[in-house]
Amino acid sequence: MARELQLMKGNEAIARAMIASGCDGYFGYPITPQSEVMETLMAEKPWETTGMTVLQAESEVASINMVYGGAATGKKVATSSSSPGISLMQEGLTYLAGAEIPCLVVNVMRGGPGLGTIQPSQSDYFQSTKGGGHGDYQLYTLAPASVQEMYDFVFDAWDIAFKYRNPVLILSDGAIGQCMEKLYTRDYVPRWTEEERRANAPWGTWGKPATRNHNIITSLELDSARQEVFNLKLQAKYAEMKEKEVRYEMLNCDDAEYIIVAYGSSSRIAMKAMQMAREKGIKVGLFRLITLFPFPTKQLAEVAAHVKGILCVEMSAGQMIEDVKLATKCGVKTEHFGRFGGIIPTPGEVLEALENKIIK
Amino acid sequence: MNQDIEARKQELLKEGYEEVYTRTKVLTDAVMHYCPGCGHGTTHRLIAEVIDEMGIQDNVVGVSPVGCSVLAYNYFDVDFQEAAHGRAPAVATAIKRLNPDTYVFTYQGDGDLAAIGTAETIHAANRGENMTMIFVNNGIYGMTGGQMAPTTLVGMRSATTPYGRRVDLNGYPLRMTELLSTLPGTYYVTRQSVQNPAAVRKAKAAIRKAFENQKLKKGLSFVEILSNCNSGWKMTPVAANKWMEDNMMPNYPIGDIKVDGKIVEGIDANRLVLDHPLTVMQ
Repeated sequence: MARELQLMKGNEAIARAMIASGCDGYFGYPITPQSEVMETLMAEKPWETTGMTVLQAESEVASINMVYGGAATGKKVATSSSSPGISLMQEGLTYLAGAEIPCLVVNVMRGGPGLGTIQPSQSDYFQSTKGGGHGDYQLYTLAPASVQEMYDFVFDAWDIAFKYRNPVLILSDGAIGQCMEKLYTRDYVPRWTEEERRANAPWGTWGKPATRNHNIITSLELDSARQEVFNLKLQAKYAEMKEKEVRYEMLNCDDAEYIIVAYGSSSRIAMKAMQMAREKGIKVGLFRLITLFPFPTKQLAEVAAHVKGILCVEMSAGQMIEDVKLATKCGVKTEHFGRFGGIIPTPGEVLEALENKIIK
Repeated sequence: MNQDIEARKQELLKEGYEEVYTRTKVLTDAVMHYCPGCGHGTTHRLIAEVIDEMGIQDNVVGVSPVGCSVLAYNYFDVDFQEAAHGRAPAVATAIKRLNPDTYVFTYQGDGDLAAIGTAETIHAANRGENMTMIFVNNGIYGMTGGQMAPTTLVGMRSATTPYGRRVDLNGYPLRMTELLSTLPGTYYVTRQSVQNPAAVRKAKAAIRKAFENQKLKKGLSFVEILSNCNSGWKMTPVAANKWMEDNMMPNYPIGDIKVDGKIVEGIDANRLVLDHPLTVMQ
């Protein structure tokens, strides 16, 4: 399939991007609002075309461990879920990070806590960026703000995952997962050949030839001194990501007196609020986070040095705002505005919050 | 192999000794951490010999559990993955699905396979995953210090049943192997033991069959190995094997339960549906 303009749901875009980007396997479990990912894969039957394996697991616990098993053989393996299911996967995610296994996990967030609601939310920011499971680890976290980015970020995820031998999380939400937008598809990337798999994943458990030692995939190290060395190695990897792999977008920030910081669905709403403010003569810019980890700390601090105030817009009780305040060392007035429980704020509400909490 | 051992072997051969048995090359030189007299070491050796004899060392992936055999990956000279507690069947499912021509086996204890990993075990079996599962049952949690396992016998003492397992408090021992044999996804289900040479030979034949079956792609091959846990049971190895024969075996009968997808003739139907009361130990 070549580059083509299509109309589709965000969840469908994830599934089609997996097939088109040479993914070898998907393991998942149904949960609203992301079930269309597996439904699309099952309807597309990629095992008959690209040879991709798709399996419905008995639980999210099983599906993330299937990701562990398959991805550790050096193949491109993915899963997707929504907030409660992602909570169940936290054990698997910390093992994946601890065993340094590249893979792709998609979270189409819904409101919590507990079963919460099936409507969109962004209340898994802490879980995604501060380590949802035990131990010191990070997931490279991409936050798409459109159906096009849902599609494109799947392609980007494989590059980062294998470059750093680290799980990549696409942190989306029910609004982007469920909405339909136009998107340009890409040329198919063929699945890796056997030779490419072995070259790209020399550490993988693909069968020990006589020419090398056995490959072991584990996150266990009983010797404290060696485990500390390993922890330092992980931290060096995350530091390199912070240095080289930060992604963000700035709109109208050059002359801005105030900026809104947001990601995902909220950034789309904030963009409209920014336009409304500009029409009223208020110079507002938008700083959109694309990577949540690594957080664009330096870049945000530079912009913040020239503004009078920052409004953080997030569909949560205020999680991302902590990283914003750390980045700016609380040097500028910073407030949170958000709705939660599945309520999506309107651009008017965002503008009102900006005027009342920041400008007033 | 250790160079000193190899040198000594060469000396003995020169002196006219004949080599009648040698350790398989599929085991590494790492010194096993298992307690002397435990069945894990023997079971490891049998699996390694089968891999060696089948000539599949370059095309096999093992999955180790959490429990006494968590470090199994250090002992087999094949590619290996260490799974989270209970998740080995899910991990192995994906290895096999994505690498259908690779031999895949899991190695788990009773706590890992029959308690925390019950769902993964049953669903892997029910999907008929075309792989081999090795299940070492010693009726106790060995590594954490001898707590009650799902397979602990009624009346049997453990660190968390210090006065013996009571049905009213702890429920019944779980006969996972019989349970799995009732699922259409299992192709070969057997229970073996490794406490004497005759048992070892039978166990090895069962493991060989369980690996050979992967060529047929007809479903899961499941081998339970009864083992003593002499340190957990607080007995000498010899006494522990005797105790196992006297107490474990009546409750967990040795032999094939399902072969080539069919329940073996003469297997008590009550044993399969698990409503047959287990013997209460004194």
